[in-house]
Amino acid sequence: MDVVADFFRTLNATTGWNFSIFHDAFDARRFWSAFWVTVQLAGISVLFSVIIGIAGAFVQSMRFAPLRWLINGYIAFFRNTPPLVQMYFFFFALGAITPTARDDIGMDVPIVSSFVWALVALSFFAGAFNVEIFRSGIEAIPRATVEAAESLGYSKLKAYIFIILPLAFRICLPSLNNNLVNLIKTTTLAYAIGVPEMLYVANQIWSDTLNVVEMMNVLLILYIGLVSLLVWMMHRWEKAMRMPGYGA
Amino acid sequence: MTAPLIRIRDLTKSFGITPVLRGVSFDVNKGEAIGIIGPSGSGKSTILRCINALVPFDSGSIHVGEVDVGAPNLDRIALRRRVGMVFQQYNLFPHRTALQNVMMAPVQVLKQNKAEVEVRARALMRKVRLEGKEGAFPGELSGGQQQRVAIARSLCMQPEVMLFDEVTAALDPETVKEVLVTIRELAEEGMTCLIVTHEMAFARDVADHVYFTDSGIIVEHGDPKTLFSAPTHERTKAFLERVL
Ligand SMILES: Nc1ncnc2c1ncn2[C@@H]1O[C@H](COP(=O)(O)OP(=O)(O)O)[C@@H](O)[C@H]1O
Ligand SMILES: [Mg+2]
Repeated sequence: MDVVADFFRTLNATTGWNFSIFHDAFDARRFWSAFWVTVQLAGISVLFSVIIGIAGAFVQSMRFAPLRWLINGYIAFFRNTPPLVQMYFFFFALGAITPTARDDIGMDVPIVSSFVWALVALSFFAGAFNVEIFRSGIEAIPRATVEAAESLGYSKLKAYIFIILPLAFRICLPSLNNNLVNLIKTTTLAYAIGVPEMLYVANQIWSDTLNVVEMMNVLLILYIGLVSLLVWMMHRWEKAMRMPGYGA
Repeated sequence: MTAPLIRIRDLTKSFGITPVLRGVSFDVNKGEAIGIIGPSGSGKSTILRCINALVPFDSGSIHVGEVDVGAPNLDRIALRRRVGMVFQQYNLFPHRTALQNVMMAPVQVLKQNKAEVEVRARALMRKVRLEGKEGAFPGELSGGQQQRVAIARSLCMQPEVMLFDEVTAALDPETVKEVLVTIRELAEEGMTCLIVTHEMAFARDVADHVYFTDSGIIVEHGDPKTLFSAPTHERTKAFLERVL
């Protein structure tokens, strides 16, 4: 631990490259907690956006038209507006009408934190695309396969869970991958509503420490790392779901 | 005289304004093998699909045992447990192995004990002569092998009647025979079968009774020897001349 700190302290002294997050305890603490916020933001919104995609695509396959319209409206809204505006909308518009609570020093604080609003905005944003992605996967499944399930007594829901969804996943995995990579990158928009995620805190650090270039490099490398981790996990999953004899 | 297993009366069905079935009636007794032949588009598939409620019909009635297929509160699971169906296209679930395909519905739909279902499924894999292919994925099997897995998959639900809708029509000629042999064995063991087929020789050999359909009606029916050698209707003659 000290070896690393000493190395970066020496680097700073000899070259002027100031990676303060490795040798300054205060910068280190705030930066790594921001990193953790970003990981949580990314991980949880990936999870919820996939759940929204799965549920939305199922609702869209139902006969009941009003629910389908609702999902179509939701998709249209989130696909055709900028994610930054969505983030503001959730935080300022919905944040203004949700209740507040009095904290121990007598301040009114919102019950729903900016972190939660960012999570909601990101999940709905990526979820809208996931509904479309899953739907395209479902539509690519041959009608005959669905009929076989029906004739074996599967209800709509059971056919969806055991047959349609597993096949749709395999078909749409490449587009799902793209969308989730995008989602990880979009977590930086939480900056705009003051969520102390990586970009937000990096900005604070380089304002205080005047090490913009260094922090930029750290940010880029960490985002590459996060995205690579996701891609690697998706790849593992894809291999586990391989259907021998089907080329893909 | 026991009641017929399947009883169809004055069945009609239109797709949009096109009438597809225009009053079809017949009975199927337990243990019988019924052949249904006729030109393409005459409504053969639609009859089978009405029987297991894959498509709703317009009027008339279908009973399978005591199940009224036309009832508004039809218990589809109960119906489909009695009625197995194999289709023209191979439609195994490609993400599951052959054995898993056979086991899935009894376990997931009927919630039967997995170990017991597996014993049954393995026996069925042997029955359709696919011992050793249990772990193969559908994509690794030939068309004929896939169709035999599909037959085993339906049988694992322990149905009382099997519907076969031109199950060999999409197969390579070499593999048609192995599938027909499997169906023939089933019929000979006393499984009630409704077999829609273009294989006239097969219908003649296996069926106890053959129905000839054209434009949504049953034109003629009878025991296969009579129907094939001495058809009485012009349309039947013309059809048989074309296909034999
Ligand atoms: N889902 C459907 N929608 C519209 N028309 C259909 C549908 N299914 C079948 N048909 C029509 O019904 C007629 C009978 O079809 P089908 O029962 O498949 O005949 P067969 O199996 O004897 O070839 C055909 O003219 C076909 O085009
Ligand atoms: Mg047909």
